[in-house]
Amino acid sequence: MKTVIEIRNLEKRYGSGAGQVRALEDVNLDVQAGEVLALMGPSGSGKTTLLSIMGCILQASGGSVKVNGREVVGLRESELPRIRLTHFGFIFQSFNLFPALTVRENVAIALELRGTPRREARRVADRLLADVGLADKASRQPADLSGGQKQRTAIARALAGDPQIVLADEPTAALDSVSGKTVMEILSSLAHDRGRAVVIVTHDPRVLGFADRVVRIADGRIADEATEAAA
Amino acid sequence: MTMLAVKNLLHDKVRLVVTLTGVIFALVLIAVQFGLFLGFLETSSNIVERSGVDLWVTAPGLPHVNGGSAQPERRRYKVLEVPGVAKAEPYTLGFGNWKLPSGAKESVQVVGYDLESGMGGPAELVAGSGNALLADDSVIVDEHYRNKLGVTALGQTAEINNVRARVVGYTRGMLSFTTAPYVFTSFKHSQRYMNLDRDQTIFVVVKLAAGADAQSVKRALKAALPDSEIFTNSEMAWKTKSYWVFSTGAGITTLMGAALGLLVGIVVVAQTIYAATMDHLREFGTLKAIGATNRYLYRVIVEQAVLSAALGYGVAIVVAMAVVNAARNGDALILLPPRVAAGLFGLAVLMCIAASVISIRKATRIDPAIVFRA
Repeated sequence: MKTVIEIRNLEKRYGSGAGQVRALEDVNLDVQAGEVLALMGPSGSGKTTLLSIMGCILQASGGSVKVNGREVVGLRESELPRIRLTHFGFIFQSFNLFPALTVRENVAIALELRGTPRREARRVADRLLADVGLADKASRQPADLSGGQKQRTAIARALAGDPQIVLADEPTAALDSVSGKTVMEILSSLAHDRGRAVVIVTHDPRVLGFADRVVRIADGRIADEATEAAA
Repeated sequence: MTMLAVKNLLHDKVRLVVTLTGVIFALVLIAVQFGLFLGFLETSSNIVERSGVDLWVTAPGLPHVNGGSAQPERRRYKVLEVPGVAKAEPYTLGFGNWKLPSGAKESVQVVGYDLESGMGGPAELVAGSGNALLADDSVIVDEHYRNKLGVTALGQTAEINNVRARVVGYTRGMLSFTTAPYVFTSFKHSQRYMNLDRDQTIFVVVKLAAGADAQSVKRALKAALPDSEIFTNSEMAWKTKSYWVFSTGAGITTLMGAALGLLVGIVVVAQTIYAATMDHLREFGTLKAIGATNRYLYRVIVEQAVLSAALGYGVAIVVAMAVVNAARNGDALILLPPRVAAGLFGLAVLMCIAASVISIRKATRIDPAIVFRA
């Protein structure tokens, strides 16, 4: 399998001097295309920081992060949006949909950012919404959707740019068991049927059943790594 | 235009109304105050600009056209000797008291002009004729001031400085900057109304011969009449404008009113746009996280500002025109020419963009990691 993210000796520090906090220390990790990787650990362990650095949302303090072979540590701030746009799709715990836009427009906006003409963006958005079972909700506002439907809309938006890597932060935390299972089935299918790398930060033990690999983080370090069978 | 800019703006109706109210209030205030300023400029010197005079010969120390002092009328003969002068006539302009039939008094400005040349006479007569001023004690007033002067019909009599005056015609558009309306009469009658001696005038007004250069003739007149001051018509107009509009503070006050309108508009719009940005901060964070550049965020905010400006302008210009029309019946002239109305749109856009600067700074400095906070 192709390695899409390669992390070596990663460090992340906040603050300076005596008040400095080491959020991540000596993290080494590879993420493969076609796998679901779960990052687990207690609150404050550094898993969301790691996800943010993987997604080029946060800059590392040291070490190396390669995304599809390209080193992203040390890149200028202005270069990061293009990297995020090209390689990543993001899914958030609180869905982060735009309440003023319809469901279709929420997906289409991710294409608008890529310069896709509006008509084409709406066409692609409709297709993506059909893929996640929301074809009939395209004209609704996010406020009219259930939590599971909102998260599926967010998944459709994350896939709008056809990214190789999907990063999800607690995607099932705000969902009931049925909706959570549906969302995980979609994410699992993305990895196993369509070859995407899916990295999920979670506390939710329901996710473990869908993960190919589980990486546990404690105090900013990788404490344990296990494959699906072992987990 | 981005989807988000339009939809976000229209999504929160209450905030949109508050924003538009700020824009409309500011633009109407600016339009009215600036229109008043233009009206001041127009009315303060219209008596000069519509006079048809080329050069004005005055006694020294003239502050403005309404403040002339007496000089010998015979100076006009010296003026006529100067090459390039085609006509030179006496002309008076000064304040007087108009006594209404009721006994009440109103201040007026008596304009006495040479009926034969017509220089300095009313530009537009809507009733009566200039020749009617040949009759004793006859005057012409502007139709706008008929109520103020208690004039209900032609032929009606009143008194100016206790001298009889009979209204024989109406002018149109001769609005006065001061509260004192213009009353036109012949030069000879004006001497009586203004208590001038028979050989006194306030001005000698000059019509140049065809092809004569105003500045050259002015210099020649200055040499011939060292005790007089000579002004071209545009110099006299500007001298009068600058006195009334700037020296008295009237113009500065209206300009400051317009500036205040701009300031109020920027503050109100800035507050609402900033509040809207703060409300949508997480959305801007999401946009950044999913790959939006700062340039895209600028676009969203600036487009919202421009849209607010356009919507606000549409309403404001209608309100401003209504105010301008309503003011036509009052004493204060408010002008809103098409160029100013168009410029107001540009100002509205600039105002709204200026108001969004703080919001832009806020939005572009958002840490996209905000999206990971539940």
